[in-house]
Amino acid sequence: MGERVLLKGNEAASEAALIAGCTHYFAYPITPQNEISAYMAKRMPKLNRTFLQAESEIAACNMVYGAAATGARAMTSSSSPGIALKQESFGYIAGAEVPAVVINMMRGGPGLGNISGSQGDYNMCVKGGSNGDFHNLVYAPATVQELADLTLKAFDVAEKYRILTLILGDGYLAQMSEPCVLPEPSGFKAEKPWALTGAEGRPAQVINSLRLADGVLEVHNRHLEEKYKAIEAAEVMFENFHCDDADFVLVTYGTASRVCKAAVMNLRKQGIKAGVFRPITLWPFPSVALAAAVAGKKQVLTVEMSLGQMVADVRLAVNGAVPVDFLGRPGGAVPMVDEVTERVLSYGR
Amino acid sequence: MADKILYTRPDSIRDVKSHYCPGCGHGIVHKLIGECLDEMNCREKTILVAPVGCAVLAYNYIDVDGIEAPHGRAPAVATGVKRAQKDKLVISYQGDGDLLAIGTAETIHAANRGENITVIFINNAIYGMTGGQMAPTTMEGQVTKTTPYGRDVHDVGYPIRACELLNTLVAPYYIERVSVHDVPHIVKAKKAIRRALQNQIDGKGYSFIEVLSMCPTNWGVDAQTGADWVRDVMQPYYPLGVFRDKDAEEASRVQ
Repeated sequence: MGERVLLKGNEAASEAALIAGCTHYFAYPITPQNEISAYMAKRMPKLNRTFLQAESEIAACNMVYGAAATGARAMTSSSSPGIALKQESFGYIAGAEVPAVVINMMRGGPGLGNISGSQGDYNMCVKGGSNGDFHNLVYAPATVQELADLTLKAFDVAEKYRILTLILGDGYLAQMSEPCVLPEPSGFKAEKPWALTGAEGRPAQVINSLRLADGVLEVHNRHLEEKYKAIEAAEVMFENFHCDDADFVLVTYGTASRVCKAAVMNLRKQGIKAGVFRPITLWPFPSVALAAAVAGKKQVLTVEMSLGQMVADVRLAVNGAVPVDFLGRPGGAVPMVDEVTERVLSYGR
Repeated sequence: MADKILYTRPDSIRDVKSHYCPGCGHGIVHKLIGECLDEMNCREKTILVAPVGCAVLAYNYIDVDGIEAPHGRAPAVATGVKRAQKDKLVISYQGDGDLLAIGTAETIHAANRGENITVIFINNAIYGMTGGQMAPTTMEGQVTKTTPYGRDVHDVGYPIRACELLNTLVAPYYIERVSVHDVPHIVKAKKAIRRALQNQIDGKGYSFIEVLSMCPTNWGVDAQTGADWVRDVMQPYYPLGVFRDKDAEEASRVQ
């Protein structure tokens, strides 16, 4: 067992990245994730690893691309407007199949928005954001503990599939302090015959996303499709919180799910059987598990800190079998336990 | 009597057909890099960062490990590569749109950090790959697809001099502008590239070589006219020479 410590979300993610063996971290300041760069700036040089503050979000993520292309474990972190800038490199990383880890501590938007926690980046982060057919593997932690665990896991999974893994937290998770047991290194080690290390004793090799010749790109896209199918089959994560006997299922992720769990306990005290279905991977989305979890229920309620983005995936998964309602608080607001409770009570027994 | 071989393809250059146009300077500069890598025995320790532009396929010709950067981001990608592979020779090969328009921030900050990389900058005063639009280095009055009446400097500004701009920074170790419009200048260009690569091997820091080069296709001229235009029109505005040489500065201080 690792050490049990009290950590801010941003610090827990940083420490988990260090435990995972992240050797290169590229920074650019933006609130509310600045503790990550401060933490890494202090610790990386002591561990003889690389911390570098880049000239922009764009450059930071391209530095990740370059370092990761040589086989290094590389990471950058940011918040919503900064992630919008990084989207350019996300497409190149996907096309070139380089493993990389990015943390997005979401804040209110659009534009500069505000610096409160929010969930307005679901579409940008889960649906691609850059050009072309591709996916990032997206983890949505709800607690500081889960943030640490998933950050560690994100490095392994990124290398396993040569994909960009994204930790989608928010400003509240980033800034809150909770007890956390530091995760142990997994011991996972990927072979990286693709890494650029100089063509010594082997033919020269190239990492790129350009495929100009007739039909070659379609073959590559099909190869990526196969990889994405393998991820959908193996990497889906979700939590089922009292759904089995429930009449009402709240579908929610990240910080919003904490509110919903409190509402569920409230409702159960009143004799109302409610549960929470919480996707932990947003892509791949737990569609099959969600459809099974809500089969035969009276009502589904999707709760997000946005105007309603994940709800589209919920409706696709539920596919009309159960009515799907939505409750959202955008702009850095958090749904209150009472308003979630009242909404469920409004459905009647 | 055995024939004496005076000229051959460098080992570091692949035996493949080139996609470059007749009279283009890219092939010449590729060959110079290949010759330098051969002479320095560095082919197997080189990682080439290719830009977006005509040279995006540079790794098809130069037989080294390569990575393709998003448009303008080559110095950032090269920074990531070099910070992870410190004993490798990292070359960022870029054109004028890539280096001085969309990638200006990356260019200046990699130089300002003194990244121990070598940047080879091909200045042919035009966007070649996309069919001849105005570049940041397009000459005043020059006709391109997006300046059909000639570059109006009062409307879109003056051509940017990269060496002079970077020479305002403290960190760069070596900055030189060369040309490949004729054989004597090609020989000088090779020396500059060799010098810049050696600086990196010696851990001295950031070296920047600007190469004035020809794009006859998009200039709408024949190969010889293109070479003459580099000499007669570009060189007066982009003077050749060494702008920064910390070795020489150090030597003069010692004296």
